[in-house]
Amino acid sequence: MKIEWIEGRTLDGKVPPGPLHQKWQYFKDHQKLVAPNNKRKLEIIVVGTGLAGGSAAAALGELGYQVKCFTFHDSPRRAHSIAAQGGINAAKNYQNDGDTIFRLFYDTIKGGDYRSREANVYRLAEISLQIIDHCVAIGVPFAREYGGYLANRSFGGVQVQRTFYAKGQTGQQLLLGVYQSLNRQIARGTVTMYNRHELVDIVIIDGQARGIIVRNLLTGQLERHGAHAVVLATGGYGNIYYLSTNAMGSNVSAAWKAVRRGALMANPCFVQIHPTCIPESGEYQSKLTLMSESLRNDGRVWVPKKMDDVLAIRNKQKNPRDIPPEDRDYFLERMYPAFGNLVPRDVAARAIKKVCDEGRGVNATSRAVFLDFEDAIIRYGKSEASLRGITNPDPHTIRQLGKEVIKAKYGNLFQMYEKITGVNPYEQPMTIYPAVHYTMGGLWVDYELQTNIPGLFALGECNFSDHGANRLGASALMQGLADGFFIIPYTISHYLADKIRLPKTDTNHPAFDEAEERARQRFEKLLSIQGDQPVEYFHRQLGKIMWNYAGISRTAESLLQAAENIRTLREEFWKNVFIPGKIDELNPELDKANRVADFLELGELIAIDAYHRNESCGGHFREEYQTPDGEPLRNDDQYAYVAAWEWTDTSKPPILHKEPLVFENVKPSTRSYK
Amino acid sequence: MKLTLKIWRQKNAQDKGHFETYEVDAHEDMSFLEMLDVLNERLIRQKKDPIAFDYDCREGICGACSMVINGKPHGPLPGTTTCQLHMRHFKDGDTIWVEPFRAAAFPVIKDLMVDRSAFERIMQAGGYISVNTGSAPEANSIPVPKPIADKAFDAAACIGCGACVAACPNGAAMLFVAAKISHLGLLPHGQPERYIRARKMVERMYLEGFGNCTNIGACEAECPKEISLEHIARMNRWFAKASLIETEEA
Ligand SMILES: Cc1cc2nc3c(=O)[nH]c(=O)nc-3n(C[C@H](O)[C@H](O)[C@H](O)COP(=O)(O)OP(=O)(O)OC[C@H]3O[C@@H](n4cnc5c(N)ncnc54)[C@H](O)[C@@H]3O)c2cc1C
Ligand code: SF4
Ligand code: FES
Repeated sequence: MKIEWIEGRTLDGKVPPGPLHQKWQYFKDHQKLVAPNNKRKLEIIVVGTGLAGGSAAAALGELGYQVKCFTFHDSPRRAHSIAAQGGINAAKNYQNDGDTIFRLFYDTIKGGDYRSREANVYRLAEISLQIIDHCVAIGVPFAREYGGYLANRSFGGVQVQRTFYAKGQTGQQLLLGVYQSLNRQIARGTVTMYNRHELVDIVIIDGQARGIIVRNLLTGQLERHGAHAVVLATGGYGNIYYLSTNAMGSNVSAAWKAVRRGALMANPCFVQIHPTCIPESGEYQSKLTLMSESLRNDGRVWVPKKMDDVLAIRNKQKNPRDIPPEDRDYFLERMYPAFGNLVPRDVAARAIKKVCDEGRGVNATSRAVFLDFEDAIIRYGKSEASLRGITNPDPHTIRQLGKEVIKAKYGNLFQMYEKITGVNPYEQPMTIYPAVHYTMGGLWVDYELQTNIPGLFALGECNFSDHGANRLGASALMQGLADGFFIIPYTISHYLADKIRLPKTDTNHPAFDEAEERARQRFEKLLSIQGDQPVEYFHRQLGKIMWNYAGISRTAESLLQAAENIRTLREEFWKNVFIPGKIDELNPELDKANRVADFLELGELIAIDAYHRNESCGGHFREEYQTPDGEPLRNDDQYAYVAAWEWTDTSKPPILHKEPLVFENVKPSTRSYK
Repeated sequence: MKLTLKIWRQKNAQDKGHFETYEVDAHEDMSFLEMLDVLNERLIRQKKDPIAFDYDCREGICGACSMVINGKPHGPLPGTTTCQLHMRHFKDGDTIWVEPFRAAAFPVIKDLMVDRSAFERIMQAGGYISVNTGSAPEANSIPVPKPIADKAFDAAACIGCGACVAACPNGAAMLFVAAKISHLGLLPHGQPERYIRARKMVERMYLEGFGNCTNIGACEAECPKEISLEHIARMNRWFAKASLIETEEA
């Protein structure tokens, strides 16, 4: 068993000339424009209505293009962006605490462990200011101070307060703002909306993206749609791990269809695992729920030292409260005395997995550790008592007062936790475990957000562009809106300026016949297998392989194993999957099978990418490459590049194209948490 | 725990539909939808047609899930969507009745899945602020008093699930429509279109076949996001004002 690939070419990111802070201005000063009367003649397809796709469709509609927008959801408002909790960054410096565009740029590049393109990240930081202005104008009810001005909070590791938020529902409020703008364009007739329609193939004519094939999910009918350009904003692929914090429907298929038609998949092995999620409670588990990072400010992470105690807790014979402090292992504090419980996401996730692998996980599945607020409750209770002038408070009063403080800080999270687990986290420690959360990898795009296929653009989580090997908190929402509202309207005009004489796409073109036929055959094939295992079985198996062999930490050996197991599973899938129902009707199992079939290919590519990258950086931790004290060891001499994979035929090895990463404005250094 | 499920099965909008009985063995830590997942996996293994239902986030925020459980939209727990309802709230031996959201304006697609596209058309009728990308003033140039911002947020928390409609004996969509009218009309940025928005959205609501409000309050009681009836009062005021302004202008 081995992993092979073919060396390809060097890619050009098309970064504009000039100093970093003038590159975007330079592009806008020199780009080609399309006159209003011509815009009306040009058609653009936007797939996806999350923050990226919804904002793109709205902004392009406002400009007067004829937009057709697609989502597999029953409403644009249900895109996965709706679930984002914490907030969105912008370098407004409203707090007067020294924030600047450069600082946001620097934090993002460094947080990404120096694996992203400088020019893109700088532009993102610049645009962050306009995003907040626009979102307020479209009606996003951000949190405010008593004076009526916008409030901020701080987020993951940075030293300034630059995060804008709407309670714990920032994604919801931003997406609803975008949805409203989109609805306005639908009403104006500039955007035609196709809900419950799923992209199943991309049509390329004369080397340019000219249309898509979609499946009407209610009827099963395949439809053809043509355009002068196609924009994909179809989200991330975290669900390849089966269990993740993503919405259940999130999938890679649109991006993967692009790959099969020749687009490049960049850095697929860069996957972010979030340390604090509510653990699995059994085999029936369908998804995992995030518990915000902020909890680690006050929660202490521990497992028992003694196996007897571990087993007693699992069997519910012992209450964790009764384990004395000396028998507890506060392992983050032990392993990382300088940062303690507040080590970065990847470090915490790896440590938690390690103690669970040792067999010390505290729930029935052995995949959980405690996140305990008892000490914080007592600490806050004492200080609150003294603030209120209560002398000699009894333990009960202290706990009561402490719980009130905790409730004010984290009330909604504690409530969500209790709803899901049935355990009251004010009385018992929370149990948490890491889960897949976000995918930094995605379709390769140049500075203009165009893939290597002319006319095919990719926005939001489905591209790879801004977060390198690790994404900082509150920056995905920022990227989605930057891409959709403020970048694509410029760069797509630049592309379309040459296309004003190109007639509307003829959907009777043989390329459409071919693509539709290919899609039909695939669905027929899936249905004809009539094997013994439901789709869910294969997805669950794939998730286990990905998690165990290409998850929090990886080795060359584990990745070889992953690739082999995935190939075997893929073969089994195509021989033994059972899908009920027919092709020409509502058939959610068939749709799911179509998505899982793509995950079964992407999984192998993730393993290949992770295997080829002989270094540890950000979310990609190769056990062979660590410092003596267990920190990730980057290799800038050999791997300071974007790995962009071409893989149109999965029976052959993929081709590795490289975009060198040049750092002219920051100096890559070792991320240190000591 | 052993449960008996009486689940509404309906092939399509034309089919009359009927309840079918299933016995399931559930775990108390399962969510209600996970319990149905397990049942569906069993049905598929038996080469039978699985039960169709909508879902996506399973965190109570996307608004996709939509079932009437024991006569209540989203089930017995207040302030909780179907996906956040867990089996520990049921007892061994229980019989549970599961139906789709029923309303004239929400035709059944299949089983527990309904067509809520009428909501889309109401939103398209006026549920927005008319501002183009690029023309926004600096974000802090218009302060919004915190109580107003908070109230707007409370209204904006609506997830568009439609439980309010399913709960209402008249099949009215007042709470859903009022939440959006209130959210946008309260904010200074939404002022210019406050009355016209109310008129356009309310008119569209009636056109879609939603019923009249007779102040029963079932919507508020069943709303998983606990949206307040006060928004309906506000909508009615603004709607009345819209007609007044138009008469004056005529
Ligand atoms: C629990 C959670 C909390 C988060 N919190 C934060 C946060 O606080 N701050 C932050 O910055 N980020 C956060 N993130 C990350 C952030 O939410 C996402 O990265 C971002 O919302 C992705 O937006 P998007 O527009 O790229 O894609 P999505 O919102 O995933 O939208 C994808 C769209 O594409 C459509 N689609 C997909 N495939 C097809 C197809 N084949 N055919 C038709 N349509 C298709 C879908 O229907 C959907 O409309 C969080 C993520 C999670 C999981
Ligand atoms: S008002 Fe409440 S019940 Fe009605 S759609 Fe909104 S969230 Fe659902
Ligand atoms: S599945 Fe999203 S609210 Fe229930």
